[in-house]
Amino acid sequence: MTDQTALQYTEEHEWVLVDGDTVTIGITDYAAEKLGDIVYVDLPGAGTAVTEGTVVGEIESTKSVGELFAPVNGEVVEANQAVVDSPELVNSDPFGEGWLLKITAPELPKLLSHDEYRALTGE
Amino acid sequence: MTLDPGTTSPAAAPADASATRERLSPLDAVHRAAGASFTDFAGWQMPVRYSSDLAEHHAVRTTSGLFDLSHMGEIVLIGPESAAALDYALAGKLSAIEIGQAKYSLLLADDGGIIDDLVVYRTGDDRFMVVANASNAAVVADELRTRAAGFDTIVEDESDDIALIALQGPDARAVLLETPGFGVAGPGNDEEDFDASIAALKYYRAFPATFEGQPVLVARTGYTGEDGFELYVAPEHAPTLWAAIVETGGPRVTLCGLASRDTLRLEAGMPLYGHELGRDILPVQAGLGRVVAHAKEGEFIGRAATAEGPADDARVLVGLTTEGRRAPRADYEVYDGDGADAELVGVVTSGALSPTLGHPVAMAFVAPTAVEGGGLHVDVRGTRIAASVVALPFYKRQS
Repeated sequence: MTDQTALQYTEEHEWVLVDGDTVTIGITDYAAEKLGDIVYVDLPGAGTAVTEGTVVGEIESTKSVGELFAPVNGEVVEANQAVVDSPELVNSDPFGEGWLLKITAPELPKLLSHDEYRALTGE
Repeated sequence: MTLDPGTTSPAAAPADASATRERLSPLDAVHRAAGASFTDFAGWQMPVRYSSDLAEHHAVRTTSGLFDLSHMGEIVLIGPESAAALDYALAGKLSAIEIGQAKYSLLLADDGGIIDDLVVYRTGDDRFMVVANASNAAVVADELRTRAAGFDTIVEDESDDIALIALQGPDARAVLLETPGFGVAGPGNDEEDFDASIAALKYYRAFPATFEGQPVLVARTGYTGEDGFELYVAPEHAPTLWAAIVETGGPRVTLCGLASRDTLRLEAGMPLYGHELGRDILPVQAGLGRVVAHAKEGEFIGRAATAEGPADDARVLVGLTTEGRRAPRADYEVYDGDGADAELVGVVTSGALSPTLGHPVAMAFVAPTAVEGGGLHVDVRGTRIAASVVALPFYKRQS
């Protein structure tokens, strides 16, 4: 069980787990709930350089398509193949098995705390 | 990530209709108690899903699903010339249908464009109920009033006085028969008569029933591609009827929101106003030429324009399938190839990864020469994906 209060967040409903100079990112339960059943996830491969605020992937539900933004500058070290194979993991466990990317990020931008994020979503 | 702004979370406070001008279903409290997520649909706050779009979709295909469609518009015509008025106002020959029969029809503009698609029920010799899309209910009521002006009939918009509950899927009939409290309208009014009426009810037929003594129009109609029923009832009695079906059905009845309704109707190849139908589309382009009764006597609005038809190169509605999991979606462009010189030949009107079939399905308006030429590709957010033209519907139930 991931401690959601230990995560940082973006206004685009993504979460960031910092571990040294590597971050793990995913989308929040709020975002997963709003999208509905996720049926397709497109993620960049390992080695892809990503720029904060740019689109790096897609998350598609039966109803709509969401774009995944890079929350940091860095390089993708791993994309979660389990989520590509079973997109429903993003719905069932958005903060755990439904993680999306691991990115090396030497420097972090300003991110939201758990309380700040929950204030944003009104939950 | 980006989010569709139209959806609100289940935790959001109940909408205040007076403050937001959003209209609430008579079943609103029931939906909130059931944990529904809501979406704005034509000014109404309606359930988009209760738990999972996919689970709701599959439930309708395998057991049954219960939908609140109280946002739909119901316009009633009463008077000796109601049938003649509808023959003039609508594309079909409504005077030809019997009492208890329903018919799919279109409200056309003078230029043949589609103002709305409708289901018309003949509820008496001199009365009909016209069911319109929520977004068009007021327009349809106004048009019918104007068009019926010279006829001996009264047009009443009863949308606020009629709620609509749909029970759809292979178990719908059994659940309806088991639900206590139904009777038939009239002197007998017992459950045996109700059961016999359900047993005799054919597709696109309806009969006046009662639920706990209150009038309910029971229709064997729907918008999911499955067998099922639509129940028209006064708003104040809708929550009791809903609860009785839920309790009786148990695991055979899944509460379903508008998201699953959309994928269900798409698989069934059914058009949705604003996507496959609109003011700039002639019926024949959408494959609905048969709905326009050119053989009927007398003038009707849109006759001349639909008789002349669209230009030869006017785009036609086709079904498309693609491989993989990335679905073509509404407004995506269709090309006649994947090269740089490929021409834009159409546009997708609806599309999704089909939950039943497991591959993407879409409907699109495409230039007829390109349909014949083949090699179509859909631009899915920058990637050209090969698409095959297939006959509609994508899904047809067994039996």
